[in-house]
Amino acid sequence: MSNKRPNRKKGSVSYAKWGYIFIAPFFAAFAIFQLIPLASTFFYSFFEFYRSGLKQIGPNFVGLQNYIQLFSADLPKYLGNTLLLWIVGFIPQIVISMILAALFTSLSLRLRVQGFFKTVIYMPNLIMASAFAMLFFALFSDSGPINSALVSLHITAEPIRFLANVWGTRSLVALMNFLMWFGNTTILLMAAIMGIDTGLYEAAEIDGCSSWQMFWKITLPLINPILVYVLITSMIGGLQMFDVPQILTNGQGSPNRTSTTIIMYLNNHLFSKNYGMAGAVSTVLFLLCAVLCLLVFKVLTQDESGQKKRKSHKAAKGAVK
Amino acid sequence: MNHQENYRVRIFLARVVSYVFLAVLSILCLFFFYLLLVNSTRSNFEIQKGFSALPGQSFAANFKNVLANANIPVFSGIKNSLIVSGLTAALSVYFSVLTAYGIYAYDFKLKKIAYIFIMLIMMMPTQVSALGFLRLITDIHLKDSLVALYLPGIAAPVVFFFMKQYMEASLPMEIVEAARIDGSGEFQTFNHIVLPIMKPALAVQAIFTFVTAWNNYFLPALVIDSTKHKTLPILIAQLRSADFLKFDMGQVYMIIAIAIMPVIIVYLFLSKFIVRGVTLGSVKG
Repeated sequence: MSNKRPNRKKGSVSYAKWGYIFIAPFFAAFAIFQLIPLASTFFYSFFEFYRSGLKQIGPNFVGLQNYIQLFSADLPKYLGNTLLLWIVGFIPQIVISMILAALFTSLSLRLRVQGFFKTVIYMPNLIMASAFAMLFFALFSDSGPINSALVSLHITAEPIRFLANVWGTRSLVALMNFLMWFGNTTILLMAAIMGIDTGLYEAAEIDGCSSWQMFWKITLPLINPILVYVLITSMIGGLQMFDVPQILTNGQGSPNRTSTTIIMYLNNHLFSKNYGMAGAVSTVLFLLCAVLCLLVFKVLTQDESGQKKRKSHKAAKGAVK
Repeated sequence: MNHQENYRVRIFLARVVSYVFLAVLSILCLFFFYLLLVNSTRSNFEIQKGFSALPGQSFAANFKNVLANANIPVFSGIKNSLIVSGLTAALSVYFSVLTAYGIYAYDFKLKKIAYIFIMLIMMMPTQVSALGFLRLITDIHLKDSLVALYLPGIAAPVVFFFMKQYMEASLPMEIVEAARIDGSGEFQTFNHIVLPIMKPALAVQAIFTFVTAWNNYFLPALVIDSTKHKTLPILIAQLRSADFLKFDMGQVYMIIAIAIMPVIIVYLFLSKFIVRGVTLGSVKG
């Protein structure tokens, strides 16, 4: 991402205004549809502003009261739910993706029909999450096909009530998230692994390293930036989790709001026009995401210096060998 | 000799295990879609009777029933989804290349700040400003309109980032300078020289933005009120909140299939292209 291009200096001075013209629509749209709304979202978070029946209460300035109410009551629970749902899906996702990426790129295995497998595992990523959740709801309902198959195969005597059970519901959400994202992660990790200098592996092989050792000592350390990127972007995605649990539980987060995510909570406030609380939830979410965005920014802009570092690292390794 | 044989056997076994592992995961991925397809071809009665791995013969009947169902206007849902996704993709892609080109090809004072700004907000979820967005579109009378769903697509930071990466790799400034010498205006250069070079990137990103908009549920559900403007995900949600047991299950599966299948079919044709595109916009490893 270098900004220094020797060939650009020449004719560029008089063209500066075109730069502004070309980026103007983006920034105008961003200001109108994102920035101003964001500011007013912060603003409303300090007000008592909701609808009670047909009557609108407020806006009355109440300072931090919305935040105090938020932290003392619902937020920790829903934030906890969100993180839990994310982690339960993310752990198998990163483990399986790592294994798949290692298999696909393995020089000694040389697996065939990779194109087919990649096509299949990436496919769920493009599925409409709400329709996918609706499908799971229909398939895993008490009298749905999964249960009727389980009963007729005598695996269970009674239908399993997946959606009446806390971990039944959470497992289904995690399973859907896993299915939708492991293909994507696999492809990212593969690209990272393929970017590693094969000479390193050859040298390691000559030194008698096993493929297990090569994985832990070469592959893993060198794809570290991508792993960080995957982790953080997945966490941001996890914080936004909405469609799947919303549709699966019909917005109830059932049983007993144990699968209500933070965005479902925000959605409820927005629907009931409780703007003060919605503003406070949004602000907290913004702050969380801002920290994560900074981390992504660091990973992405480190790219260049990181590559340099890695190159010198490689050179050093070569010298030792 | 013995050593080599030993190695060969081990590789062979490792391969077998790998293929079995891949096959299991592939089956897991395809299984649910298979069930969806099978059930969309069965009548409500057959579905209630129990599980079957074989398709029935009610595909056409289910399809007709869905289209005739006045409670779930699938036809207008498809139309609205197509309008919103198509225009979002077109706007996002065009203005993202424009922005990327502005920052790539010109030197100006705020260039670096503009770039850093976009990179910083790139991953920020739009949900955090949903409240202000809803208030805003209510004030400017765009509530319950499709415009409110596709117009914000002009500012798409992720698409911008992808375009910028692609541009750095495949658009030499010499071409632009040559065009200038030939007397081409800046906009003309952009539309007639830069855009054609960017075609592969445009195609990949158009597909991704289209699919994202097609699948989007959170914001449309808050923006759209009237039945005639509802997009497919809103109809799916409506299906979920309807009294489920009274529903014809054949129709339920059919509606899900209608929402999912167009994307899958396009994907199957373009999968190589799409899978390759996934990595282009991310961090280089």
